[in-house]
Amino acid sequence: MAANLLARLNLPGFEANTADHYGVVADFDTPEELLRAVRTARIAGYTKLEAYTPFPIHGIDEALGEPRSPLGRIVIVCGLTGLVSAVLLQWWTGAVDYPLSIAGKPLFAIEPSVPIMFELSVLLAAFGAVLGMFHLNRLPTYYHAFFNYSRAAGASNDRFLLAIEAGDPKFDAAEVKTLLESCGSRHAELVEA
Amino acid sequence: MADLALDPRMDLNPPLVKGGVTYSDLTGKISAITEGKPPRQWYYAMGVALPLAALLVVCLTYLVSTGIGVWGNNNPVGWGWDITNFVWWIGIGHAGTLISAILFLFRQKWRTSINRAAEAMTLFAVACAGIYPLFHTGRPWRAAYWLFPMPNEALHMWQNFRSPLMWDVFAVSTYATVSALFWYVGLVPDLATLRDRAVNPVRRTVFGLLSLGWRGSATQWKHYELAYLILAGLSTPLVLSVHSIVSFDFATSVLPGWHTTIFPPYFVAGAVFSGFAMVVTLMVLARWVYNLQDLITIKHLENMCKVMLATGMIVGFAYGTEAFIAWYSANQYERFVFANRAFGPYAWAYWIMVACNVISPQFFWFKKVRTSIPAMFILAIFINIGMWFERFVIIATSLHRDFLPASWGYFRPTWVDIGTFMGTIGLFLTLFLLFLRFLPAIAISEVKGVLHHQINTEKGAAH
Repeated sequence: MAANLLARLNLPGFEANTADHYGVVADFDTPEELLRAVRTARIAGYTKLEAYTPFPIHGIDEALGEPRSPLGRIVIVCGLTGLVSAVLLQWWTGAVDYPLSIAGKPLFAIEPSVPIMFELSVLLAAFGAVLGMFHLNRLPTYYHAFFNYSRAAGASNDRFLLAIEAGDPKFDAAEVKTLLESCGSRHAELVEA
Repeated sequence: MADLALDPRMDLNPPLVKGGVTYSDLTGKISAITEGKPPRQWYYAMGVALPLAALLVVCLTYLVSTGIGVWGNNNPVGWGWDITNFVWWIGIGHAGTLISAILFLFRQKWRTSINRAAEAMTLFAVACAGIYPLFHTGRPWRAAYWLFPMPNEALHMWQNFRSPLMWDVFAVSTYATVSALFWYVGLVPDLATLRDRAVNPVRRTVFGLLSLGWRGSATQWKHYELAYLILAGLSTPLVLSVHSIVSFDFATSVLPGWHTTIFPPYFVAGAVFSGFAMVVTLMVLARWVYNLQDLITIKHLENMCKVMLATGMIVGFAYGTEAFIAWYSANQYERFVFANRAFGPYAWAYWIMVACNVISPQFFWFKKVRTSIPAMFILAIFINIGMWFERFVIIATSLHRDFLPASWGYFRPTWVDIGTFMGTIGLFLTLFLLFLRFLPAIAISEVKGVLHHQINTEKGAAH
């Protein structure tokens, strides 16, 4: 209830869902059964599918038709930012703002700057990887309709869940339920939004 | 060939998860550790760790209120136990990153049971290491202005970025930050597991916040796995750079015994060597406290013994190379330092180092030793001691007899030196025990991945 009120406030992280239902969620005993169900549902023409599993399942992205993650590009941009800022930091502080001659060494040179160039590249790239992943995954998420499924906790334990979302153009609760049950699920359920 | 494969003696790849467990058993077993009351052994271990950690507080308070003269550092040995302990702790951290990142890239599945705890060990070791340079400044609350390029009204100057000590600040703080990020990202799915199991509303809220609303959807796993791979890829060169840069503190100086090009690889090998010794020490402890024999198997421990054997040989080879180069250089100062190391006033420390680091790992050639818990525990302790002495020998012997014989001296630690060192061991153990108690000490989702692979392999074999 409180969660629904929060969702109506439209705050970032609280996904406002105007539909009455999230979709139909069904659970399976093994990753292989889940994969088979994903393929069956795709062949039946459903497009808005999501799988929930306790560990990453090899081959599920291909089965769901998921595009590749763009995280690599985010990380490269962050890493290069770190590299450039390390050069600018060492050059500006050492050769411009506070030039101090030590043993006649050049005020700025690439060689002694390499360690910090490397370290700052790695630091910013790592932040890029983590924050980029959080952003792509919309983490933190305070509310998600998926958790209204009575067996949602199984997805972090030993169940392999498949959701066919209500936003799917072909969505019809009864049909979807029958389809998922025919794939071997014993707990296909229409889930509230 | 088929008969050979069926012969249990020919089982070259024993299962990494023992006891025919299901996914749900794994979740239960690992989560239960954080949910129930800790066993009696946990309190015994805490009873040793907490008083030592309190001693650290006492020593540091005394140091800050009196001055760093309470340490034994003085001319000519200006770096004493503080830097020895700093390098020792940083080195210990390296095994955690090696297990979590490098073995991940090499697809070494056996790492999954121990990587979480080893990463935690890295974080705690780096925290202990950081205490030494921080308190060596004498004014730790002002250290941020001295160590980091922060614009300020107090100094009106910038750091000297041409100094390896500055590189070290960046290397160690980057290492600490990236290790913490890597560790936390790894924890998120397991924190979600704890959230979903939580009965107590406070517990559910805490783990709910910490797990960030993780659902384990295929889309989330896709980005997550790539982020994990990238972090592993970043951590791998990072860990090699950290001890290389620590070694630059010595190698870029002009002191005989320090000014050598062999230092970076030699320090990295030594770091991995000491780190694995510490991981074995802690894993034996964790098995004892929490009965994790099914998850941290003899196979894991044996593999770590093999790593110690290999890196121990590299370290021993480096000792030989150093001595040879000192002789071959025909530089009288270089030759003096090495003769002084082995036969001078610190000969006792040098030979403890050789005995612990070169001789003790040789026992790991024998499978009996590699698979015996008491034997590997004792040898790992010896290696921990030996690697501490390695850093002490490098630092003290190069400093105590410098170019001017009139200023020669001999370093003696004070009670504060000893207390601070014991204190960081206490802090380290306290943090590790708290980690075992409150967070999933084994990466639940990763072990499930290995178990899935194992189940499929067994099915394949049965068909």
